[in-house]
Amino acid sequence: MLLARIKEALDSLYDDIQETQEAPEAAEIETVAAEAAVEEPAAAAAEQEESKPEEAEEPATPPGPKETDYQAKGYHLDVELDPDKVVTAVEILNRENFFIESITGVDWIDDQQLEAVYDFNHFDELCRVVIRTRTDRNNPAIPTISHIYQGANWHERETHDFFGIKFTGHPNLEPLLLPEDADFHPLLKDFKA
Amino acid sequence: MNGLLQQDLNQETFILNLGPQHPATHGVLRVKLEMDGEYIVKAEPVLGYIHRMHEKMGENRTWVKFLPNCGRMDYLSALSYNHGYVAAVERAAGIEVPERAEYLRVITVELNRISSHLLWFGAFVLDLGGFTPLLYAFDDREQILDLLESVTGSRLTYCYFRFGGVYNDIDDSFITGTRELIKRLRKRMPMYDALVTKNIILIKRLKDIGPISKDMARRYGATGPVARGSGINFDVRKDEPYSVYPEFDFDVPVYEEGDSMARYMVRMDEIEQSMRIIEQALDKLPEGEIKPKKAVKLVKPEKGDYYYAVEAARGSFGVRLVSDGTNTAYRLKLRSPTYSNLSLFDEASRGMLLPDALALMGSLDLVIPEIDR
Amino acid sequence: MPEPFRVILFVIFAMAFAGLNAAYLVWCERKGAAHVQRRIGPKEVGPYGLLQPIADGIKLMTKQLFLPKGADPILFMVAPLMVMVPAIMSFCVIPFSETFVAAEINLGLLMIFAFASVNVLGLLLGAWGSANKYAVIAAARTVSQNVAYEIPMLITVITMVMVTNTMNLNEIVRSQAGWFFHWHIFRLDISLLMPVSFLIFFVCSLAETNRAPFDMAEAESELIAGVYTEYPGMGFGVFFMGEYANIVIGAALAVILFLGGWQSPIPFSPEGFLGVFWGLFWFLIKLYALIFIVIWIRWTYPRTQFYQLLNLSWKVLIPISLFNLILTALQIKIFPWL
Repeated sequence: MLLARIKEALDSLYDDIQETQEAPEAAEIETVAAEAAVEEPAAAAAEQEESKPEEAEEPATPPGPKETDYQAKGYHLDVELDPDKVVTAVEILNRENFFIESITGVDWIDDQQLEAVYDFNHFDELCRVVIRTRTDRNNPAIPTISHIYQGANWHERETHDFFGIKFTGHPNLEPLLLPEDADFHPLLKDFKA
Repeated sequence: MNGLLQQDLNQETFILNLGPQHPATHGVLRVKLEMDGEYIVKAEPVLGYIHRMHEKMGENRTWVKFLPNCGRMDYLSALSYNHGYVAAVERAAGIEVPERAEYLRVITVELNRISSHLLWFGAFVLDLGGFTPLLYAFDDREQILDLLESVTGSRLTYCYFRFGGVYNDIDDSFITGTRELIKRLRKRMPMYDALVTKNIILIKRLKDIGPISKDMARRYGATGPVARGSGINFDVRKDEPYSVYPEFDFDVPVYEEGDSMARYMVRMDEIEQSMRIIEQALDKLPEGEIKPKKAVKLVKPEKGDYYYAVEAARGSFGVRLVSDGTNTAYRLKLRSPTYSNLSLFDEASRGMLLPDALALMGSLDLVIPEIDR
Repeated sequence: MPEPFRVILFVIFAMAFAGLNAAYLVWCERKGAAHVQRRIGPKEVGPYGLLQPIADGIKLMTKQLFLPKGADPILFMVAPLMVMVPAIMSFCVIPFSETFVAAEINLGLLMIFAFASVNVLGLLLGAWGSANKYAVIAAARTVSQNVAYEIPMLITVITMVMVTNTMNLNEIVRSQAGWFFHWHIFRLDISLLMPVSFLIFFVCSLAETNRAPFDMAEAESELIAGVYTEYPGMGFGVFFMGEYANIVIGAALAVILFLGGWQSPIPFSPEGFLGVFWGLFWFLIKLYALIFIVIWIRWTYPRTQFYQLLNLSWKVLIPISLFNLILTALQIKIFPWL
């Protein structure tokens, strides 16, 4: 219920991107079917199928929210967005009373991109939503969501510590876990101690 | 110039550094408090004094070699962290776990949860100025540590779980010892109840102190006893069943008040619930292997990212791992519950008196190495 | 014995008593705490760890005395003395036995309370002088706490003075001669609320001496060591001795006012020199029994919150003690022959 509702709400964010919508939708239905079958090998197969379209999509603009195989992945909804849409998406989640689990980053050095990953979950009904967004590795900037989820404040600071992603509009983007004068970002793949 | 001078004269707040070495912060947490007399205007926790960058270590070590790191974050419920990490990698690499091993995991994790809650109980009352319960709680905890030592080989920083199973099987002495421990604890809990929980001073110090509303817990992502003390019925063991938890009958204690007393009660009740789980697990314990027949030597999860959450003693511990198909993690994110739980301290402590704020801080059950990672 | 020698002897006694008493009360406290907590306590230094306080004392004395940055050197050094000296002075008027008292003066009770107030000043100056925020917070708490608790305590003392018609401590003890039910705490015929008076006095003396559950001055889990945070070595040691001396004075006053002082529970006292020790024996028994209760309380209860402490004084103890005062006055006037 919640999952379908959220998916629909988040889908509206992709209204301006029409062309790439068709292919992933098809893949998704397959995944759901595999999930229903519950059989483990099938799930594993679905997971492989999962990873393929992901690779294929990467260069293009992000498609709509994807339902994933929970048993294999550990989350239900995978939402890849442009950085400027993160705030809107998070506002939708906030309206549905999701709580924030964490924010983190991934350094895709081969693509010269940094990915920020937002994990959300719901207290009443299990529904893990992952929002990811990619930004340029040389000048990483993503709007903050700390005014919506105050808990994001620390998660964003931590992500800034480790990856150097600037969360624009963050009230206090100073090192949290690293020393006050830290000017390095240890989780970048080219970081040398 | 004049205005500036005026401002300085009118400045009535001062900064109080709570920590990094302070008896109430239980480790090396520092809180910069802006105080108006004894009232807190603003509290800014300063973290990172024992930050060790476990996540980078995870990127540099193979999946197996990272195992011992898990016990070094939350040193009080190390087994939950073991469980979360091991299960996440198992999910990613598609490793099957024998049922007996899952049972052993549940038994040891729940024992560890009791020991963690007992230590918290003692330390919390110590924060409130009562010394004696700490020693009593340590006495009980010692028995649990002995039991866990007999099966895991260590007392604090456990590294007991392996991919696809556990390291060591339990024997009859462990089973009888655990049953005796539960019997003993059932006798001790009413004593704690009479000595501490019903103490008028304690009640007055905890009731209505440090209220955390449902919405606040949600906005900060508080989980575990902190959320359950605010009327949120959320326990990963129930809401997102993993391992063999669905096979046990246990309750999730939830208190609506949201004050320090509610969080206190949740943890005290959870000790009883953990004992119930252990009893049932011992009753149902199936025979069989405790690890895969063919040892898992090379772990190479499929490319992609995976998430796995477990209920640690302090809340939901999540592992997000990104694999690039090699024997090392591409990215390993450890979502520690107290990190989120502590982040609400600033908002929750505004306008509180210092001793009340310390009661609130104690009721959050902080373990600093877990926050700093 | 000529008077000057006797006084000098007694002052030496009082100082030695204050020091040794502090040392061995710490030992008692540690042993008591250990037994409450199912531990053994000090046991390595000497038999039953009896030399442990001596070792602690040597350690404190050999520690370097240093001034924290920004501290006021004079206040910082004088403050421990301002806690210690009044305590020793107060020992001079306490009748340990009928004749075992340095100065039997008519205003003994008044003198003790006058000096007890200096104690707070010592803590305040020490905290201010050490330029530490925790210490200043603790001092602010201590002062308001002492002000709040001095009122019910003094009202209770006035009640007792009304009953005994004297402020001479020895006279107060003498008026309780005979069987143990002649002790004031059991004299319901004088005032129906006598046991309540004792309770108020005892609670107030706990608060006045900053003992748990009212140990706001130290509050180690909140304010590190409160007023003593910055004190090194013997500066701390002197404070500590002063604190324990104050506990003894509080307990001694309770014994004198309510528990018959040096009177034995049965109307029997050997004559002459032996009688001094007979009185001393009973006085010390009662004194340390009371102190044991103080220790017991400390290791059982958590600390109260500060505003609850003040509420207890202003909203409960002061009204009750006032009521008690009026009731006692009425009872004395209505039944003057008692």
